[in-house]
Amino acid sequence: MAEHKEETGPVGHIAPAKLYVAIWAILTALTLTTVLVSLVDIGPLNVVAALVIATIKGTLVVLFFMHLRYSPKLTMATVVAAMFWLFLLLSLTMTDYLTRAWPTNLGH
Amino acid sequence: MATSDMGDIQVAERALQHHFADMEQQRDTASFGMWMFLLTEIMFFGGLFCAYLVYRASYYHAFVEGSQKMNITLGATNTAVLICSSLTMALGVRAAQMGKPKLMVILLLVTILFGFGFLGIKAVEYHEHWVNHEFPGPSFHFETGDPAHPATDPQHTEIYFSLYWAMTGLHALHMVIGIGLVAWLVIAGLMGAYTPHYYNPVENVGLYWHFVDLVWIYLFPMLYLISKKHGG
Repeated sequence: MAEHKEETGPVGHIAPAKLYVAIWAILTALTLTTVLVSLVDIGPLNVVAALVIATIKGTLVVLFFMHLRYSPKLTMATVVAAMFWLFLLLSLTMTDYLTRAWPTNLGH
Repeated sequence: MATSDMGDIQVAERALQHHFADMEQQRDTASFGMWMFLLTEIMFFGGLFCAYLVYRASYYHAFVEGSQKMNITLGATNTAVLICSSLTMALGVRAAQMGKPKLMVILLLVTILFGFGFLGIKAVEYHEHWVNHEFPGPSFHFETGDPAHPATDPQHTEIYFSLYWAMTGLHALHMVIGIGLVAWLVIAGLMGAYTPHYYNPVENVGLYWHFVDLVWIYLFPMLYLISKKHGG
C-alpha cells in the first residue's frame, strides 16, 4: 500500500489519478498489441497471445479500476473462488469435447 | 469548509443504516454485495463463452470463416472507446470520493457519451451483418466473399453468428443498463446525494461499468481476432 503517494478519504481508499491514467495507457497499448499480433500468422500462438493479453488487461481492470487491490480480503478471496469456478466450467467441459475426436478403437 | 464538513457528516449519518456499525463497514458490505452479483454475471457470460469454445472446437473451419467477416477496425475502436469510458468512470468515482460532485457529474456525462459511442459503432457493425444476411434464422446466408474459397460449412457458421449476436447483444444490453445507471448517478449527483462519506452507489455502478468493459476485453479477441490468420 505504501509505494504510491496514496490518500485515504473518510471512507475507503482513494487511488491517485495518475495511476488510473497509467492503467488506461497500458490498456490502450495492449489493445494495439493484440490487434497487431492477430495480423501475423504465428500458428496456435495467435490464440495463446490473444488470451494472455486479454487476461493481463482484465487483471489490470479488476485490480485497479475495480479497486480489488484495495478491497477487503473477503472480497479478494471471493473473486478468486469465482475465477476458479469459471476455470472448472471451461476446463472440465473442454476435457470432454476436445478428446472426443481421439481414436476410439484403442484395444480393439 | 468546516460547515461543509459538518453537512457531509450529516448526509453520511442519514445514509448509515442502523444495522451497520459505521460508514466503512456499510461501504464494504455494499461493495461485497455488488461483487457477488458481478460474480453471478461472470458465470452467466461464462456459460456463453463455454458454448463458444465447445462449438469452435467442434466446427473449427465454420467458425474461422465466420470470424473472418468481423470488422477488426471497428472492433478495436470500440475496445478503445470502452477503455476510455472506464478511465472516465474510475476518475468519476475518485471525484465522488474526494467530494467534487461537479467534476463527478462531468466525468460521468463523458462516460455516458463513450457508452453511446460504443453502441453507435456496434450498430454500424450490426447493420453490416444484417444486410449481408449474417443473422441466424430463415434468411441466413453465408459467403466468404472470396470466390476462390467458397464457404465450407455455412450451416455451422450460422452457429458462430448465433453466438456472436447472443454474446455481443447481451453485452450491448448491459451497456444500455449501464448508461441508465450512470444517468441516475448524474441526476442524484446534481441533487447532492453523494459525499466523501457516502458514495456507495457511485462505487457500485462503477464496478458494474468496469465489469462490462471486462467482458468486452474477452469478447473482442475471441470473436474478432483469434481466427484472423487461420485458413478456412
